[in-house]
Amino acid sequence: MRTRALANRSFVIGAALSLLLIAAALLSLVWTPYSPYEMDLPGKLQPPGAAHWLGTDAFGRDVASLLLMGARASIAVGFIAVGMGLLIGTAFGLLASARRGWVEELIMRIADFGFAFPAILSAIMLTAVFGAGMVNAIVAIGLYNIPTFARITRASANAVWSREFVLAARACGKGTFSIAVEHVLPNILSVLIVQATIRFAIAILAEAALSYLGLGTQPPQPSWGRMLSEAQTLMFQAPLLAVFPGLAIALAVLGLNLLGDGLGDLLDPRLARRR
Amino acid sequence: MSVFLFKRLITLIATLIGASIVIFLVLEILPGNAAQTLMGPDAAPDAVQALAIKLGIDRPPLERYWNWVSGMLTGDLGLSYAYSTPVAELVLERLALTVPLALMAMAITTLLALVAGVYAAARHNRPSGVALMALTQIGIAIPNFWFAILLIMLFSVKLGWFSAGGFSGWDEGVLPGLKALLLPAISLAFVQAAILARITRSAVLDVLREDFVRTARAKGASQRRTLWGHVLRNALIPVVTVMGLQFAELLAGTIVVESVFYLPGLGRLIFQSISNRDLIVVRNCVMLLAAMVVAVNFIVDVLYSVIDPRVKASDI
Repeated sequence: MRTRALANRSFVIGAALSLLLIAAALLSLVWTPYSPYEMDLPGKLQPPGAAHWLGTDAFGRDVASLLLMGARASIAVGFIAVGMGLLIGTAFGLLASARRGWVEELIMRIADFGFAFPAILSAIMLTAVFGAGMVNAIVAIGLYNIPTFARITRASANAVWSREFVLAARACGKGTFSIAVEHVLPNILSVLIVQATIRFAIAILAEAALSYLGLGTQPPQPSWGRMLSEAQTLMFQAPLLAVFPGLAIALAVLGLNLLGDGLGDLLDPRLARRR
Repeated sequence: MSVFLFKRLITLIATLIGASIVIFLVLEILPGNAAQTLMGPDAAPDAVQALAIKLGIDRPPLERYWNWVSGMLTGDLGLSYAYSTPVAELVLERLALTVPLALMAMAITTLLALVAGVYAAARHNRPSGVALMALTQIGIAIPNFWFAILLIMLFSVKLGWFSAGGFSGWDEGVLPGLKALLLPAISLAFVQAAILARITRSAVLDVLREDFVRTARAKGASQRRTLWGHVLRNALIPVVTVMGLQFAELLAGTIVVESVFYLPGLGRLIFQSISNRDLIVVRNCVMLLAAMVVAVNFIVDVLYSVIDPRVKASDI
């Protein structure tokens, strides 16, 4: 398995970029070159150099420090929003496939209904009522993840329910619930892990978009999306300010997507041939 | 076919009713007294009550919901608190920008994706095909609003070919209007095209292994004719499915891209309305966008059965 993993380019590059993202977030907990909250107006808009590796922004804040802290916001949103979708969506998907009939029909129609509200629409509604903030952004992205996981779980679980070992478990007298948890869930875990990785990347993109619009992470907490929004007004004076946060988002998303692809290839080799 | 259509129509209507209930509950009931919110916490109770009567929010929730839904069916969306203008007028004015933008983006997405996807499938395992797929992987990772900023930096700031934003309306002519929407449409389309190209390539590769493709080639059909005439049509089901989902993404994406280019579309209207606490506009815009998403999914389902007559309602 390890040899196959190391031979898979998507997996290796994806894992390296994802580890870099996590390392940046963890590092920001203990160290950043400068305080990302510290303003230094005389030193504003400095180009990249020895003192400030990636330069300073319109308030004289160190861009490298802001990027490190921004990784934290992205990871927090990704983990919680995907975790929310994974837990609730998988539970409903498993229930639908275990009970079938009208329960399955009802859950799937509700899931279809959930697709009518892309994350950004849910975020707009929540913001209009409760105001902008990171929690609302997480809830909006998490809500959008629920129907996705419910659909994938149900589709994958339906295939497992018809397998012989499930029949054997039934013959041993196991109930529907314990078969779903003990036998079906472990067999669809690989699909869910791959999907969670990809949804993590989508959550990072969604958080960045919401923060860019002012609906996500709020000041003074740094976020890559808001850094881009602030940089856009300074395109003529300091174009590089708009490059670094975008590059950080793109690398994080690229890493997670490649990791998802790589994991998919490793956990289900039939998929590899299709790519 | 008619049973299939009927079932899908029932689902469509049920979804729209469900969406309207959720939107009404979140944007009408949850915020409490909209009149109080509009006038601020220090407003005199009499003034708040007068405004509540004027806005009709003193009525019971069920009556308000019915008035809203029946109003939507007759084109009366109520009056904007902030603009004192009929909401329908405001929305129609903004749709004249958002819908062409989304359609343009979809057209660019389809064109780029089909060409890139079919090309990459035809060059499977060759350097050009692999390089194209690596490019799509990068394309998927790029946030559309960042790509929009990069396009502005290159084509507006550096080269000066396009304006950095704004839209002067269709009255000045179709071509200037399309030109103003080109960069926003490209920035929306780039990411979606990367996703669709990968799906197209995968679907085309699957069909290329079918026997009828070998038969077509054996009968002397050229590779181009086989690819575009036989293979692509049979590979369209997954491609159309994703296109439907993407159109919904594009509609949602217009909200962000309109902000980057300062375009007076539906997205900007929603943001202005949120800052003005003009919830009646927000409610109708969100409903409209959700309805568009649902309608597009419905059209995609119907298209399945046109592309592949073997598809039945129970398959979807």
